Amino acid sequence: MVHVSATPVLALRGVSKRFGAVQALTDVELEVHAGEVVALVGDNGAGKSTLVKTIAGVHPIDEGVIEWDGNPVSINKPHDAQGLGVATVYQDLALCDNLDVVGNLYLGRELLRRGVIDEVSMEKNARELLSTLSIRIPSVRIPIASLSGGQRQVVAIARSLIGDPKVVILDEPTAALGVEQTAQVLDLVERLRDRNLGVILISHNMADVKAVADTVAVLRLGKNNGSFPVKDTSHEEIIAAITGATENAVTRRAGRRTTEAAK
Amino acid sequence: MSDTSKTVKDDSAGTEGVVKGQKTVAPADDPTAAPVTVVDPRLLIREEGLKGYLTEFKRKIKGGELGSLPVFVGLIVIWTIFQLQNDRFLSAGNLSDISYFLSATGMLAIGLVFVLLLGEIDLSVGSVSGLASTVFAVFVVTHGMNSWLALILTIITGIGIGALHGWFFAKIGVPAFVVTLAGFLGWNGLMLWLLGSSGTINIPDDKGPVQLLGQGSFFMDQAIVGAYILAGLGVASMAVGSFGEQRRRRAAGVPYRPTSEILLRVGALAVASFVAAAVLNNARGVSNALVIFLACLVIVDFVLRRTPYGRKVFAVGGGIEAARRAGINVPLIRITVFGISGMFAAIGGMFFAGQTASATLNAGGGNTLMLAIAAAVIGGTSLFGGRGSVWSALLGMLVIQSIQNGLDLLNMNTSIQYMITGAVLLGAVVIDSVSRKSQKAAGRA
Repeated sequence: MVHVSATPVLALRGVSKRFGAVQALTDVELEVHAGEVVALVGDNGAGKSTLVKTIAGVHPIDEGVIEWDGNPVSINKPHDAQGLGVATVYQDLALCDNLDVVGNLYLGRELLRRGVIDEVSMEKNARELLSTLSIRIPSVRIPIASLSGGQRQVVAIARSLIGDPKVVILDEPTAALGVEQTAQVLDLVERLRDRNLGVILISHNMADVKAVADTVAVLRLGKNNGSFPVKDTSHEEIIAAITGATENAVTRRAGRRTTEAAK
Repeated sequence: MSDTSKTVKDDSAGTEGVVKGQKTVAPADDPTAAPVTVVDPRLLIREEGLKGYLTEFKRKIKGGELGSLPVFVGLIVIWTIFQLQNDRFLSAGNLSDISYFLSATGMLAIGLVFVLLLGEIDLSVGSVSGLASTVFAVFVVTHGMNSWLALILTIITGIGIGALHGWFFAKIGVPAFVVTLAGFLGWNGLMLWLLGSSGTINIPDDKGPVQLLGQGSFFMDQAIVGAYILAGLGVASMAVGSFGEQRRRRAAGVPYRPTSEILLRVGALAVASFVAAAVLNNARGVSNALVIFLACLVIVDFVLRRTPYGRKVFAVGGGIEAARRAGINVPLIRITVFGISGMFAAIGGMFFAGQTASATLNAGGGNTLMLAIAAAVIGGTSLFGGRGSVWSALLGMLVIQSIQNGLDLLNMNTSIQYMITGAVLLGAVVIDSVSRKSQKAAGRA
């Protein structure tokens, strides 16, 4: 692994989270370096979304420490996370269909000129941002409603960059996309890495993970179940870690047999 | 992996690095993605000049973006029919009447545009306007208050009533339709109670806001030049604004409207406003009520399109979740929007008081509410939220008031008037729904 920085920009140390009787996360460790794409994988209910929501400030953690640039920080509400420089793109993109691309990119952060929305500067910056990310959309003045699913996804990701974040969390960005659109989003993920951002990518799609991620962090039943450098890890090893295939009825039985045979 | 990230890192500034990164990691992508460009090859680029304008127009109509087209078609049809029935309809005097009487209901429609932009409805504006005229009359006549102070208090009452509706809607979660239906009945009841047994309070119309909004009150005391000053002001500000924007956009290197298009737009406005000014001058001039209505339209249009607040209103109407995630205080926007609706209802009530110089039992009653809603929707503001413009209040009221006035000229019964108004409202909503459907089909909604 090549890490640009020695200190991870974001690190979770022994993070636990309970919801009533459910222990959603137990002692989870996660490190994200600048210029690194960390894929967060795991089966449904493994705790991926909960983990992401603790980082994004939606659910404050119960135990453990979140470190930002090596310093412990407390993230209790979404505002805290945004203040640190964490941008989250949720699966339901949450764009305003009736506003154009520029309006959506700057929603809630409009540039003002003498108290009036500065459409010209916003449009100029939006075009620059989209072109540095090689995002192709028909026009920045087109309402979001007329964009395709892939185009909406890249707009949502571009929108997260307006606040100049250091870590971007992408929740299943390719889940609903076609082949070319998926490739476009993966390209975009790489460009985020080129901009020296830390990227946390949640995905169920191993091909995507293998394509762009540097590290794969596996969650299983709310616990870490291994963290692998993508380059040296096979597809099957990751799948095994996700499903816990190394520890199941079959392997247990096989294990019993060998012990019995040894007797 | 390290190879890839190094390669990309080393020459990430150039396009080449991006291409390399794609080739190593995402071979599925097509090579056309490589050039750094924002323009999609499928983009329908508008041709320069008038021809481009025409093709764009055709495309929009096909895609269901009707804009104000139904209004212009409707106006032509309505004016033709009534003119054939009664040749006094298009006389200067009658058109002047239409322009005066449309401003009161038009005020209610401005407030409704705000509420409709949220995708909600305010059924109480008629009752609130009636209540406002009564409250004003009670302040001025019963308590002998200064009429301007009474005006301010009346408007504050309207804001308070609207904000109360908004609070029930935004904080308690009662559907806006039910809250304002309760308001529709409740505030009407309060008005009847305030008016008591007499049923009418006459307001002296020799001074104050009632005199200003009266039927005999005209801009610059009917001076011929007054109407042309207004028209010139409107045209000049549009020209200055458009060319200023074109200059800034050109300097910033973003697409701008070609000069020919700006000239066309300014020219159209100039023809419309100077013809209107000439016609009104042929009668008695521009009524002050109309001037105030137009001024409100300009201010509100600016607020909606150019200020962060207006952008927030559109955002909440377009997607509540998106608005919330963007840090917009959705309940606050809802409460203020209903407050604005209440404010314009109260101002509209003052216009009604100005028309009759009194507060009466049937002020703001009858089909006032329906007319205001119909005006906003006919003008092109969608009932489904997020789409519309405050100018629909003016355009829609032109249609509605023309129908009202024409039916009056023909001495139609109230029963017929109600039926026709109902049909017009239904027609407007049908156009809205159908155009939304075709917008969806054309990928625009």
